Amino acid sequence: MLGATLGELAAALARGETSSVELTQGCLDRIARWNGPLNAFITLDPERSLREAREADARRAAGRAGPLTGIPVAHKDIFCTRGMRTTCGSRMLGNFVSPYDAHVIERFAAAGCVLLGKTNMDEFAMGSSNENSHFGPVRNPWDTARVPGGSSGGSAAAVAARLAPAATGTDTGGSIRQPAAFTGICGLKPTYGTVSRYGMVAFASSLDQGGPMARSAEDLALLMNVMAGHDRRDSTSVERAPEDYASQLKAPLEGLRVGLPREYFAEGCAPDVLLRVREAIAWFESRGARLVELELPRSPLAVPVYYVLAPAEASSNLSRFDGVRYGHRASDYRDLADLYSRSRAEGFGAEVKRRILVGTYVLSHGYYDAYYLQAQKVRRLIARDFVAAFERCDVLMGPVAPSTAFPIGANADDPVQMYLNDIFTIPASLAGVPALSIPCGFDAAGLPVGLQLTGPHFAEARLLGLAHHYQQATDWHRRVPAHTPL
Amino acid sequence: MPLSPEQIDRLARLARVALSPQEREDARDKLNRVLGLIDQMRAVDTTGVEPMSHAVAEEAGGGQRLRADEVTEPDRREAFQAVAPAVEEGLYLVPKVIE
Repeated sequence: MLGATLGELAAALARGETSSVELTQGCLDRIARWNGPLNAFITLDPERSLREAREADARRAAGRAGPLTGIPVAHKDIFCTRGMRTTCGSRMLGNFVSPYDAHVIERFAAAGCVLLGKTNMDEFAMGSSNENSHFGPVRNPWDTARVPGGSSGGSAAAVAARLAPAATGTDTGGSIRQPAAFTGICGLKPTYGTVSRYGMVAFASSLDQGGPMARSAEDLALLMNVMAGHDRRDSTSVERAPEDYASQLKAPLEGLRVGLPREYFAEGCAPDVLLRVREAIAWFESRGARLVELELPRSPLAVPVYYVLAPAEASSNLSRFDGVRYGHRASDYRDLADLYSRSRAEGFGAEVKRRILVGTYVLSHGYYDAYYLQAQKVRRLIARDFVAAFERCDVLMGPVAPSTAFPIGANADDPVQMYLNDIFTIPASLAGVPALSIPCGFDAAGLPVGLQLTGPHFAEARLLGLAHHYQQATDWHRRVPAHTPL
Repeated sequence: MPLSPEQIDRLARLARVALSPQEREDARDKLNRVLGLIDQMRAVDTTGVEPMSHAVAEEAGGGQRLRADEVTEPDRREAFQAVAPAVEEGLYLVPKVIE
């Protein structure tokens, strides 16, 4: 049963073939068996999960069930939850219990989903490997000597290993898509502003976007129907009519124009990755899609631009951690300035400190125009590249990441090498357009490869429809990691 | 130009992050690599280009909404102070700042 997709589980619940209590207990049993080696969860509360499952079963018995009532969902530990700590992978928030729920948490509760636990992540979502967590690295269920990607690595590993049928993630520069690719699952970064950031611990506010992680494109559509929607408490939440993200699952492929950005197929990408991605694109071509070679000429600048803007916003956002209002406070200090400096020195890990320092530098007097303003200008040029590309095609396809999952520790000494993992995911983040990662095969070492589909603003339903077609003809998304058999 | 140890100290002071001597050396090495990366975008000609400060789509209004200046939240001081490291009689406790 736990190998099934969300759609299949929802149907089984609707037919009365299983119950939320049975599903939730099944997940908790698998978590008890596999979380030790994988380290996918930071916090669990089985009593709470089972209580919510009983409530969901009662709601169904009363005839008030929605499409996902009773489905257990794991949440990235960046979403604030009342009554369960929210650490954001940091010592700074090691004991923090939020006085309110994130909008996303409220939406899943209203839908009758069961909170299965809080998943591990890179500290404050800063990382591409999940090695930056205060709670230890997450391991990839396909090869436990390798990283699951990051920063939503715990969510990715939990879904891949069938510890949870679905999970939430957040994506600032690739943090949903890259771990989805590394673990052979599906992940969607929606259009900026689609999912409320209320109660989502802030990293880089002009880029942060929550999204779903699951086994199939159809599952992502069902989850988006719960997560997305206007929220007045987030000033960047867009006001749009509610949308059914499953509405285009059966839309035809004929006439589709698939754009292939030359920059995404350049040297530096592992040959196995390019091979699998080209095979997937050839499948779309065989079903009537037309391929359009084009350029995103400024995309090679996306990583440098991102590593100005994201640290700048982070240094500002993280200034709230002062050891006074909430979070870690040093026990030994001389005066107020020393209290701040020591609380932050003890509470933040090395990568977070580095990004705060970079952000402080690019915002400081004398450097602001040359770095921060210049990066915002180049960001607009990158966004314009996408506008021009979508005049010539309906969807862009290419790799999610330049390699498959790398060994734990491989990039530990060189931050720039680590940052280049996000070379194909950051451009869509800067432009604010939606992008999706789906599995499209394996490399010679048996590690999953991800295909990225990027669309114009608000084209999520279309992207999910294209991915659904592909998943009707392939079974990559149904493969179970050999390390965590069902 | 690479950052000097003194510049690292200044940034750490501005950012209110204490660094140990080893952390300072490590931060200097890694920050200089990161600055080498981000320097790639400095030479781009951006004459006449408006800075892009947010990613809200043009078709969704393209900007950030303002709301009426009205009280919308209830007073939840106790709940918010319950997570503070040190409070007394509704006040946050900090070291003495005025002698």
